[in-house]
Amino acid sequence: MSVSAVTADVAADHGLTAEEYAKVVEVLGRAPTFEELGVFGVMWSEHCSYKSSRAWLRQLPTTGPQVIQGPGENAGAVDIGEGLAAVFKIESHNHPSFIEPFQGAATGVGGILRDVFTMGARPVANLDALRFGRLDHPRTPYLVKGVVGGIGHYGNCIGVPTVGGDLYFDAGYDHNILVNAFTCGVARRDRLFRARAAGPGNPVVYVGSRTGRDGIHGASLLASAAFDAGAAAKRPAVQVGDPFTEKLLLEACLELMGTDHIVAIQDMGAAGLTSSALEMAGRGAAGMLLDLDRVPLREPGLTPAEILLSESQERMLLVVRQGSEAAVEAIFRRWDLEVSVIGRVTDDGTFRARWHGREVCALPVAALTESAPVYRRPAEEPARFEQLQHFELAALREPADLTEVLLQLLESPNLCSREWVYRQYDQLVGGNTAVRPGGDAAVVRIEGTARGLALTVDCNSRYCLLDPYLGAVLAVVEAARNVVAVGARPLAVSDCLNYGNPERPDVMWEFQQGIAGIRDACLALDTPVVSGNVSFYNETDGRSIPPTPVIAMVGLLDDVEAHLTPWWKAEGDAIVLLGRTREELNASEYLAVVHGLVRGAPPWIDLETEKRLQRVCLAAATERLLSSAHDVAEGGLAVALAECSFGGAGLGARITVESGMRADALLFGESQSRMLVSLRRRHLGRLRDLARREDVPFTVLGEVRGSSLVIGEMIDLPIEHARARWRRALPERVGG
Amino acid sequence: MRWGVVTFPGSNDDAQALRVVERVLGDEAIALWHKDVDLRGADCVILPGGFSYGDYLRCGAMAKFSPIMAAVVAHARRGGLVLGICNGFQILCEAGLLPGALVRNRSLSFVCDLVIARIETTATPFTASCGRGSLLTLPIKHGEGCYVADETTLAELEARDQVVFRYADAAGRVGPEANPNGSLGNIAGVCSAERNVLGLMPHPEYATERLVGGEDGLAVFRSVQSWLRDGGRSRGDEPRVQAP
Repeated sequence: MSVSAVTADVAADHGLTAEEYAKVVEVLGRAPTFEELGVFGVMWSEHCSYKSSRAWLRQLPTTGPQVIQGPGENAGAVDIGEGLAAVFKIESHNHPSFIEPFQGAATGVGGILRDVFTMGARPVANLDALRFGRLDHPRTPYLVKGVVGGIGHYGNCIGVPTVGGDLYFDAGYDHNILVNAFTCGVARRDRLFRARAAGPGNPVVYVGSRTGRDGIHGASLLASAAFDAGAAAKRPAVQVGDPFTEKLLLEACLELMGTDHIVAIQDMGAAGLTSSALEMAGRGAAGMLLDLDRVPLREPGLTPAEILLSESQERMLLVVRQGSEAAVEAIFRRWDLEVSVIGRVTDDGTFRARWHGREVCALPVAALTESAPVYRRPAEEPARFEQLQHFELAALREPADLTEVLLQLLESPNLCSREWVYRQYDQLVGGNTAVRPGGDAAVVRIEGTARGLALTVDCNSRYCLLDPYLGAVLAVVEAARNVVAVGARPLAVSDCLNYGNPERPDVMWEFQQGIAGIRDACLALDTPVVSGNVSFYNETDGRSIPPTPVIAMVGLLDDVEAHLTPWWKAEGDAIVLLGRTREELNASEYLAVVHGLVRGAPPWIDLETEKRLQRVCLAAATERLLSSAHDVAEGGLAVALAECSFGGAGLGARITVESGMRADALLFGESQSRMLVSLRRRHLGRLRDLARREDVPFTVLGEVRGSSLVIGEMIDLPIEHARARWRRALPERVGG
Repeated sequence: MRWGVVTFPGSNDDAQALRVVERVLGDEAIALWHKDVDLRGADCVILPGGFSYGDYLRCGAMAKFSPIMAAVVAHARRGGLVLGICNGFQILCEAGLLPGALVRNRSLSFVCDLVIARIETTATPFTASCGRGSLLTLPIKHGEGCYVADETTLAELEARDQVVFRYADAAGRVGPEANPNGSLGNIAGVCSAERNVLGLMPHPEYATERLVGGEDGLAVFRSVQSWLRDGGRSRGDEPRVQAP
């Protein structure tokens, strides 16, 4: 392709609109070369530029005494004491995973791992938030098996434990699944690495795998556009992962980070060499000169545009000190990795790339990043919203056999055991996993200390569909409550904002509402957002997903030995409900599963009430009053009680409740700000005092006893039988 | 005593093995690199879990050609102790130090779970301090842990008392329900005819602390410590079975 062939039509093939192409010409004062056009295409893509979301993301709280690094770097970092930082981020890999579930999910894990170890942190835990279509959709079992297999393949092989996640099925994801991968690492806080190129003359070093033709235009064409019937044809834009090479890259990078050779480091993720070079140059207000002939290639014959845009995995770009080249090379050779000095930092503020003696790119770095389009797209509340919120509880018939309803819920796709999934993940490697998947949050000991990290990902997209503001508030609140349930103090958030097509006003409205919800909840709970990712265009043939702002919450335990799990520990322990049960069934799993209704506003929430509940739980955990703690969430009180019996020794419970409300609302309603705890009887007085001090309702429900869950005259559920059905439900339906 | 822990480029459980040796057992740990050619005086060499060289071909198939393995084989031939865990077990089979092979789990899926390993013989340095028939709760985490061997080999293993661990249920019964991967005879671990080389799929090194995974795995490491302290004599309660 010759230079003169670049036109607005060619620009459209690179994902640029006519207006954006005009702006390119204006910035350069000339038509771009073909290679330059490719660079603009990816750098100004939604995926890389956040052009539709940037203006709104500024509303999120990102600061606090615990924050070491907020958004803008490869990952966020918070202080966890003893001179250490937790470094973490969540990121989507939705479109690739729908097209090629195994490799799509695997490379999603690989990408987020690189983001974290690029900062100098050894990854200690992975979690994954997954959303699939209806289990009876013909493609769903294939997608579930592929995604779970891909996550396991990558995480297991690289040796980072997968300790948790969440999984929901909903028809809204039939044609757009979500795969959000989260990694948390630990680093010394005075040894964090950043991606700011500096020092003219410093060498730019390419390390890792060779560059091939895979994943070209992944960022611009795959991640930044909606699907249609031709989605399968985009498969070549999906990258292929090699976790073994990433393991080598991880170890080599961490070894190099123990030295003083590195000035800046950035992984080659979306948009490959182009974006990593430009982002490092942009952050450091520097220029960069690259010699594309020195890039290690997997096969001969790649064009300069392909070299610039390839999304081949397991590659890193470094800026090192002059004179460090030999030492850097020695480390990467020891790990049998490619290493090549491909350029140097310059002071002319220009990104230049040479190939076969010709300059194929000469782009002003500042103009390219600063003049990237920012859109304040129109937003409008959709008409469907008011109709969806309308729900009359009185008109709902009450089922006769409540034990049968409870079993039906325990076997339903969103409430049944996730063991079939996490059994395929190495949860233990590293030797620090104190609470494995299946609890409210995972707990991982911080190596060399007595402390622990609590990790969870959460989002109820039904709540978000019914009220995108409240749904986002509830996602944050539940994530925090899950962290509190294991006895940890919530520290900070990484968010993965999955929405439809931002060019549609109703989607933009959902997005703005979601941001506002996260902002308000994070401010109230003092959990700033330190990293995150926006995934738009989760839409096929004009139908978009339910709004899904996934919240990853990180908490800290000062004493990891004091962690809690949800499971009953001893016969005779008292069972207490902290918090108030309201007569509400709107937006509940019960309503969807048993009555086929997705209706009503999400459950009532008051952030002050929530904070008081969390304070009581944390105080009780710190004083070691509790034997167990479990958040009451989807499926309500009855499902929560059953879950407490399903782990550990399989102990039952005798519950007596008196309330004037409908039995189904009492058992299956999803009132917020509730925690189910068990404790020795001698601690009851102290817990009651703590609850009274914070004005949190305190109700003794009964005690741990026997091998059945008995709730008054309403429920009599033999645990062994129910647990078997709860465990079998998912593998039976996925066909695993 | 001195434990050598080999790190292949794709080893994942090497750090945990080193931690157990140094912090839990209080012994000397020697970190060995796959490109090393000698064992630097290690009494017992651990081949840890992981994916040695990526294992895209066959687990452990490439590791047997690494420089360190020549030293490990020589050490074993001299009667030195070698403990292969998970990927280490696969490598020992590939290297011909143990009979049989480990193939894809019958479920075709990776499996991470707690299992019960029943001790079948105490006539090994690795189980000498344990009781025969005692049950250890240990984690497994593997995709290719289904132990297979031809009928003659299996019969020999049984006759020579080389089956060291079998998957069992909580009551100690060996049967298909307790078998996590389809291994023939529920075999979870075997030793060499000379009894100085042990390979097993369960991970004793991940069951050495109450906080993470319990302490049942310590029995294996403590046995080795006692055995070497006593001058390398087996303290097993059974007579050593001689090869015919």
